[in-house]
Amino acid sequence: MRFGIAVFPGTWSERDCARAVEVAGHESVYLWHRDRDLGGADCVILPGGFSYGDHLRTGAVARFAPLMESVQEFAAGGGLVLGICNGFQILCEAHLLPGALTRNASLEFRCETVWLRVETAETPFTSACVPDQVLAIPVSHGEGRYVAEPSTLDRLEADRRVAFRYVSRDGSPVGDASPNGSMRDIAGIVSEGRNVLGMMPHPERAAEPLLGSADGLRIFRSVVSAVAADTAFAVAP
Amino acid sequence: MRFLAEVVISLKPVVNDPQGLTVRAGLRQLGFDEVTEVRVGKHIALEVDGDSEAEVHRRVAEMCERLLRNPVIEDYRIELRPSAGPVPAPPAAPA
Repeated sequence: MRFGIAVFPGTWSERDCARAVEVAGHESVYLWHRDRDLGGADCVILPGGFSYGDHLRTGAVARFAPLMESVQEFAAGGGLVLGICNGFQILCEAHLLPGALTRNASLEFRCETVWLRVETAETPFTSACVPDQVLAIPVSHGEGRYVAEPSTLDRLEADRRVAFRYVSRDGSPVGDASPNGSMRDIAGIVSEGRNVLGMMPHPERAAEPLLGSADGLRIFRSVVSAVAADTAFAVAP
Repeated sequence: MRFLAEVVISLKPVVNDPQGLTVRAGLRQLGFDEVTEVRVGKHIALEVDGDSEAEVHRRVAEMCERLLRNPVIEDYRIELRPSAGPVPAPPAAPA
């Protein structure tokens, strides 16, 4: 299968994503922000970085790129879109996912390996995981504090759309050790149709043992299985 | 006619503002104990051409809705007045 990896001015994780796809045994193609062509991709990755300098707000300008119009259409048609870090911020600004990412509670840029608990395996991005499994995946961001209205958070939880939460190494609540102070320790969520995932941590930086963890590869492998099986993960109301 | 539109973007009251808390702590450190709360926002100044204040206000509100603020976390306020002239150019960069 083929992953399309979006490149905006200021994107910095596209090559790491391409390497993770290579490790997973598949091909990738870069998608320039000014183009509208998705290059025949089965899954579009919006990688990490500082698109357009993150001026005004993170992801606020990238959302208007010509490429994003195609990504919006692709997602509306059920296409798989994986937003990592800045990609998650762009997806929220584009209203493909609810909520917003704000300054870390610590006001610090945090770059470290964190522990994520898989909250649901019923998404095309987590099917190769086991619920409650704890993954070691790095974060690298200054604005990753997930914020949304309480009613939105309740609905995300009721619909099992929280994909990952920050936890302690043993899977227990992270408490004060949260890297950013996200509401309800949310690290990643999926869209209503479950075909769009946004997550702050970087699975592509944990894609082979040399990097200290290969746990992130499970997300890429999940996507590959979903595309191969053409699995629909929509949850009945 | 030309207007100066000043847009003030503030975090919604329900959104925690760690920058504001840090500034408050700094002010208290300096002895300004009377400060009970600090919220940090953004100020955006725009020079806008238009026929009437009402029309310019409507257009700037649309700019806020579509780009300048994030409705999930931010509120905005617009202040309009006739422009006093062109925005001064930034100082020239050293050669």
